[in-house]
Amino acid sequence: MPALPLDEAGKYVAAAYLVFLALLLIYVSIMAGRLGRVERELSELTADVEARDRAREPEHVS
Amino acid sequence: MLRAVGAILRKDLLLELRTRESVPAMAIFGVTTLVVFHFALDRPTVEGDLAAGVLWVTVLFAAMLGLNRLFVAEEEQGGFDAFLLAPIDRTSLYVAKALALLTYLAIVELIAVPAFAILLLEPPLWPALPGLVLVLVLGDVGICVVGALVSAIGIRTRARDLIVPLLALPLLIPVVIGAAEATAPLLEQGGAEALRGRWLLTLGLYDAVFAAIAYAVFDDLLED
Amino acid sequence: MHGKGLRPLALLTALTLTAAYVLVFFWTPNDADQGFVQKIFYLHVPMAITALCGFVAGGIAGAMYLRTRSSAWDLRAYVAIHLSQILAVGVLITGSIWAKASWGHWWLWDEPMLVSFLIVFLLYATYQVLRFSIEDRERQARYASVFAVVAGAFVPINFAMVRMAQSYVHPRTLGTTTGGMPGEMMLTFVIALAGMALLFVTLWKYEMASKSAVAQVRALRLRLLGDDDPLPRRSAAPSL
Repeated sequence: MPALPLDEAGKYVAAAYLVFLALLLIYVSIMAGRLGRVERELSELTADVEARDRAREPEHVS
Repeated sequence: MLRAVGAILRKDLLLELRTRESVPAMAIFGVTTLVVFHFALDRPTVEGDLAAGVLWVTVLFAAMLGLNRLFVAEEEQGGFDAFLLAPIDRTSLYVAKALALLTYLAIVELIAVPAFAILLLEPPLWPALPGLVLVLVLGDVGICVVGALVSAIGIRTRARDLIVPLLALPLLIPVVIGAAEATAPLLEQGGAEALRGRWLLTLGLYDAVFAAIAYAVFDDLLED
Repeated sequence: MHGKGLRPLALLTALTLTAAYVLVFFWTPNDADQGFVQKIFYLHVPMAITALCGFVAGGIAGAMYLRTRSSAWDLRAYVAIHLSQILAVGVLITGSIWAKASWGHWWLWDEPMLVSFLIVFLLYATYQVLRFSIEDRERQARYASVFAVVAGAFVPINFAMVRMAQSYVHPRTLGTTTGGMPGEMMLTFVIALAGMALLFVTLWKYEMASKSAVAQVRALRLRLLGDDDPLPRRSAAPSL
């Protein structure tokens, strides 16, 4: 088959590179979601620990 | 270890002889597949690479049927625990099962190949037979080496019936490639042509490599 | 711990890939008979080679797990295979696009790279299914490692046999990488390959770090509050 003219061929090449980009971005966004969940859990944990420390504090004071 | 293999193999073959669970079903399934092929391809006869393909797909699918049941007795009746307690090399179970499957396939082929020759094959089978037997042996060994391993992996998972074919079929595609390519010249209309040594060699290599790998990893499947 | 060195690595990856693609589109000459479409080659083949190596690396990691029984190796195998699966999807899609642009069909049975990857993709698709179907963590890791080893050995054998089976009537120029490529194309190709490999390693470290962080948070929660994961989910991914 003879080579496609540039404007037609360009679309295919662009499509291929865009597929690559899309896969990469989807992966990164899934990872970002996981990271967000980790951050949320960590802040929950810190809040719990702080609450526990505050509950214990009045004992030391008095 | 050879004695252990022999003992397990004898037990399996005796069991199969008495219960007749797998082999008749596999054989009937093989012949039925041939009939299905006739209708699916809409041809009275096949020859050449088409014939090779039909034959090997039939063998493969009959083997799949046998695979699902290979370790069932051990799993359901606590045979695994008993086996683990015995002071023998664990890999002997693998070798015995692979040999058992090989035996079943051989018996099934004794029925299916003549059926194939009668029902679907255009050129005569007789001149092709020596070469065909060789290819069948090499291909069957490949199927059994990989099949016994995959069956062991699948038997202790939940979705056993799904996992085994899903794993086995892609892994066995090289066997199909090699076997079909080697068989095709044997079944040509103009009379059986010479055997293609190159494919026999690759089949043999595949068999050897996967036998070695299966031998190495089988122990780790049986731990608990 | 996995995150160490991640930033310079990521930067290097970005630089290499950018350099590669700049070269592809602004410097490398067009292929004589395929024309502009050949540019896909600089994306498709590096992805393929990286994925193949990734699957084999997963097999090696699986073997290491079986030897050491350290779940860290199981995680390494899982991530390597997982990333290679994604790359394999990319290989199949970009290969199909190239096939359509070059030969007018969305699929070519005599392009060994495409066919091998289809088989490999179907095989590794079972990896997650297998993991998910075994609940016991230790057994899951063991069986997955056995799978990784067998499948990792299978990948090169499969590639070789599929290649052997192709008729040599239409030599495709996508799979045959190094035969008769002019110097500029070769250089660009090598840089593209290096960039893809770096990307794989970067994403691998990235995912390892993420999973390790999740495990540490869970351990922390256990120590501080005494209760385990509030939403225990069965998953196909290993945990440390």
